[in-house]
Amino acid sequence: MSKRGWQEIPIAGIPFLESTEYHTGDWKVFRPVIDEQKCVKCGNCWMFCPDSAIEWDGESVPKPNYKYCKGCGICAEECPAKAIEMVR
Amino acid sequence: MAKEFVPNIRQLPKFMKEDPGILPGHRACAGCGCAIILRQLMMARRKPLVIANATGCMEVVTTIFPYTAWKTPWIHVAFENAAAVAAGIDAGRNKLQRSGRFSDDPDVSVDYDVVALAGDGGTYDIGLQALSGALERWHNFLYILYDNEAYMNTGIQRSGGTPFGAWTTTTPVGSKIKGKPLTKKPIVDIVVAHRIPYAATVSPAYWVDALKKFRKGLETEGPAFIHAFGVCPRGWRTDTKDTIKLSRLAVETCFFPLYEVVNSEWYLTGPSLTIAKNPERKKPVEEYLKLQGRFRHMLLPENKWMLEKFQELVDENWEIILKRAKNV
Ligand SMILES: Cc1ncc(C[n+]2csc(CCOP(=O)(O)OP(=O)(O)O)c2C)c(N)n1
Ligand code: SF4
Ligand code: SF4
Ligand code: SF4
Ligand SMILES: [Mg+2]
Repeated sequence: MSKRGWQEIPIAGIPFLESTEYHTGDWKVFRPVIDEQKCVKCGNCWMFCPDSAIEWDGESVPKPNYKYCKGCGICAEECPAKAIEMVR
Repeated sequence: MAKEFVPNIRQLPKFMKEDPGILPGHRACAGCGCAIILRQLMMARRKPLVIANATGCMEVVTTIFPYTAWKTPWIHVAFENAAAVAAGIDAGRNKLQRSGRFSDDPDVSVDYDVVALAGDGGTYDIGLQALSGALERWHNFLYILYDNEAYMNTGIQRSGGTPFGAWTTTTPVGSKIKGKPLTKKPIVDIVVAHRIPYAATVSPAYWVDALKKFRKGLETEGPAFIHAFGVCPRGWRTDTKDTIKLSRLAVETCFFPLYEVVNSEWYLTGPSLTIAKNPERKKPVEEYLKLQGRFRHMLLPENKWMLEKFQELVDENWEIILKRAKNV
């Protein structure tokens, strides 16, 4: 009988694609729109988005990424400048 | 001693863009507070992480075959053994570091932080003995409990972390018994009883406090534990936009006080310390409860006693913590 080692164990479920290939943006009903005039660049929307769907460089006005944004509305709710509107 | 980590909102985006740790495209429900906790953990890294993740929402939503949202070594373990697997990873890391097996291989690094990640079911209930064992064996790892207060992944069943009165599918609201008749297990007390060097509570609404604590947990030599407050719009029957508001109200009402326990000494932090010094700032629990469908029955006039009991439980717990805290 051959000795069985770890090399013989079949590889089971290893997810091999990055989730970025899956676009959760289809889920949304409302999408956040940022008013550049009102935005004070505080970063709240970037910090609290559960889906890393706010793109921000730390300086400019952030930009929602609709490919992933699920439309939860947290960013709009937490914006101190009321610069984000959720639109259908 | 490492230099104190001061999170800077202007620099964090660059750090996260270069090395996100967790990617978008995961399938947590819209507005999931637990997904925010994962991002904040990533923002606090000092080294690469190796994560052992118990079965539960955060495991399922991040790795729906064939996709993964993790940009860091990660393993899905059983429901009950996140701490045991993290302990094994720690032991393996020690052995590799000591033997110097990869010391001249530029492609292999054995310098990383070990994290166990589990929900309330996987911590208060089925994972408790694995956790206790790993703490007793003094493994060098950070255990993160993301507490959404029920078994959410399998359909909102109550756990030892479900609070008094909450509706779940296994604590329904009937004519005699309305929601969970029992109370929330004091999990941090149980963990702290192991006399570990670091334990803390975090709420994602207070992100500076949270990031500092995550970093301290990672830097701790020996076992560290973080109890993170994870709003679950799906199971709590809350509006997705209210996740951070609820994470804030839980602290402002003292339902979920923020503190750290360093070598068995308790210290209130952030807004909880402010409330301790200015008790008039403590909000009534009703403000927290009324936004949540799972507590709806408690606001009916005939169930007033439930609301009062909830407030009493919160007050009792707060008094206990105030007595323990060294900085009030
Ligand atoms: C031994 C065992 N029993 C039951 C299950 C089914 N199960 C998977 S996840 C889960 C609940 C997880 O609850 P929790 O730890 O609170 O995580 P959440 O889903 O709420 O994030 C259960 C019961 C399992 N995987 N293994
Ligand atoms: S609506 Fe929600 S998912 Fe979309 S960008 Fe705002 S916080 Fe992120
Ligand atoms: S939360 Fe509002 S003000 Fe702050 S960066 Fe985002 S859009 Fe601008
Ligand atoms: S059920 Fe709750 S914890 Fe699970 S992914 Fe949905 S919102 Fe998050
Ligand atoms: Mg849970």
